[in-house]
Amino acid sequence: MITEILSIGVIAGILGSGIRLATPYLYAAIGETFGQRSGVLNLGLEGQMLLGAYAAFFVVFTTENLWLGLLAAVIVGAIMGLAMAFVSVTLNAEQGISGIGFYLFGLGLSDLLFQKTMGTVETVSGFRPVEIPILSDIPFFGEVFFNQNLMVYGAYLLVPLAIFVLKKTKFGLNVRAVGENPEAADSLGVSVKRVRYSTVILGGILSGIAGASLSVALLNVFQQNLTSGLGFIAVALVYFGGWRPFGVLIGALLFSVVIAFQLWLQILGSPIPSDIAVMLPYILTILVLVVAGQRVRPPSALTKPFERGD
Amino acid sequence: MKSSKQKITPRYDRLFVILMPLLATLLALAIGAVLLISLGADPIEGYSAMFQGAFGSKNALADTIVKATPLLLVGVGICISFRGGVLNIGGEGQLIVGAICATYVGLALPELSFGALVPIAMVAGFLGGAVWGGIPGVLKAYFNVNEILSTIMLNAIAVQGMNYLLRGPLIDPVQLEAASRIPQTARLSRLYDLPRLIPTRLHAGALLAVVAAVLVYIFLWRTTIGYRIRAVGLNMSASRYAGINVRHYIVLALLLSGALAGLAGAVQVYGVHHRMFTDGSATGFTGSAGFNGIVAALFGQLHPLGTIPASFFFGALIVGANSMQRAMQIPSALIIALNGLLVVFVVSSEYFKRRLEKKRLIDIESMEETEKPAGTEVAA
Repeated sequence: MITEILSIGVIAGILGSGIRLATPYLYAAIGETFGQRSGVLNLGLEGQMLLGAYAAFFVVFTTENLWLGLLAAVIVGAIMGLAMAFVSVTLNAEQGISGIGFYLFGLGLSDLLFQKTMGTVETVSGFRPVEIPILSDIPFFGEVFFNQNLMVYGAYLLVPLAIFVLKKTKFGLNVRAVGENPEAADSLGVSVKRVRYSTVILGGILSGIAGASLSVALLNVFQQNLTSGLGFIAVALVYFGGWRPFGVLIGALLFSVVIAFQLWLQILGSPIPSDIAVMLPYILTILVLVVAGQRVRPPSALTKPFERGD
Repeated sequence: MKSSKQKITPRYDRLFVILMPLLATLLALAIGAVLLISLGADPIEGYSAMFQGAFGSKNALADTIVKATPLLLVGVGICISFRGGVLNIGGEGQLIVGAICATYVGLALPELSFGALVPIAMVAGFLGGAVWGGIPGVLKAYFNVNEILSTIMLNAIAVQGMNYLLRGPLIDPVQLEAASRIPQTARLSRLYDLPRLIPTRLHAGALLAVVAAVLVYIFLWRTTIGYRIRAVGLNMSASRYAGINVRHYIVLALLLSGALAGLAGAVQVYGVHHRMFTDGSATGFTGSAGFNGIVAALFGQLHPLGTIPASFFFGALIVGANSMQRAMQIPSALIIALNGLLVVFVVSSEYFKRRLEKKRLIDIESMEETEKPAGTEVAA
């Protein structure tokens, strides 16, 4: 079996699906990174993903227009982000618990809508792989890196974009300032609430897209609890990545390659029962959190509401 | 006028505690009504089907209490952890692990009497949950791991472990022979069934849950250990300064919280299902009690005694939603969504509570500035 795993074809297969599987984690975790860097922990991400996944799937299912589906996910994500921002930034509610509330809301509502509008598991033809000319002809790497669908490419383009925005733009500077020292940022005339609203809404939009990447690009189905904890893992990846987009990228890749490896093990008939094998990513997440807990310090104002001095 | 305000505002606070859940419920039900209308259902018909289903008969009421029982056990555990400043979201996993341990004891020792076995099984469930809650406690206290994330991961791990055990080592031998391989254990001996309180499905586990709630209240407010757990939750650094070993109490709070969820699992097995089964997801066995227990505890203001009526209320919602589903084909997932909204509303309402408190402080301050005139107004 070892030789089978080590064959070039299988390695390419594992890497290829690993790169593909990292897509939803990347969208969701990069969005969450912005929120957390500004001081807001959004644990409702999983619920936003579920609603985004449903919206995209339903629109694609009825209109067969992929871009309309994506737009629907963006709108739903933005609305959910706005609601989360209102609760956590304006009403200063406990972020962890309100996030769980939004998760339950998204879980229940997406299931309710799914059962009422479709009832059975349907499939759509989602985003198809797009070969990048010339590059995709490179042996081995071409197939792995340059024959993916548009949403996969988008996720990887998002990483440098996020790094640029966080490091080089005024908005990014404000985000970091608000997350580290909101009082100081406020005294310099930065509106803490406005910055946090924009990062949480951005996070909602990216979570919606993350959901859509599952339902109309990777799996092309929708069912109850489609994400099954993926959004929470994305939150953990933000911790693992040390609140930096590049770290998040490494974490997401590591993670999804492990999942892909586990899937291939099952296909190749490993003696490990599949129920035990699927524990792997969750155990890995906990280990990753242990490592991250020793290594880096979260943004100082994370989960701390800001109220203007009295 | 101002002086009368000072007397009234504390009463506002107490009123607020009662009114707030009521307002949150009304708001959630209103949003639910909008959802029902947009799904083409009559909300009045839907809600009256719910009400009938939850309270309409002796059996309905008994079912409501049966559904409330695991919520109360999980919920009082949540009171301990949240009061201790740790957010245990792992009720689902802890309940499952407790149920597995309790079931295993019952299957392994089929020849004992009720009095000998059931207490052991309950302790097994309690301990199983304690381990599953203790792990994130240790991870938080000693490795700085966010407990929300670790408990959610442990939920997933518990579900997979359950699936593995019920499809393999613990599967009902009958299922194995019949080749249908439904993933469930054999039925436990009928000797071990928790007694019925009245000739309905209502079982003695409900009493156990109420006793547990009272004990947890005494523990949190009348013992030194409980006091320290709450102190750590209120102000971790001050507690450390006061010489409390904060790490121990973080672990203890999560461990006890998990233990009560584990006990809930044991009660579900011996009082309701008499075996364990899985549909592959967590909710198949738990009915989301691990999550709904959190909602109930928040609704009960994180007070063990307040959690008793709150659990009853959510038990009624669940039973009512099921009968609405039967009567009107409205998926009971609606209730999960509404529970989520209720959580959001309850935590958001803290904002208004804080504003009330702030306003009262300002009122008192301004009173002190104008002490004399205020006094004369009272006389007048």
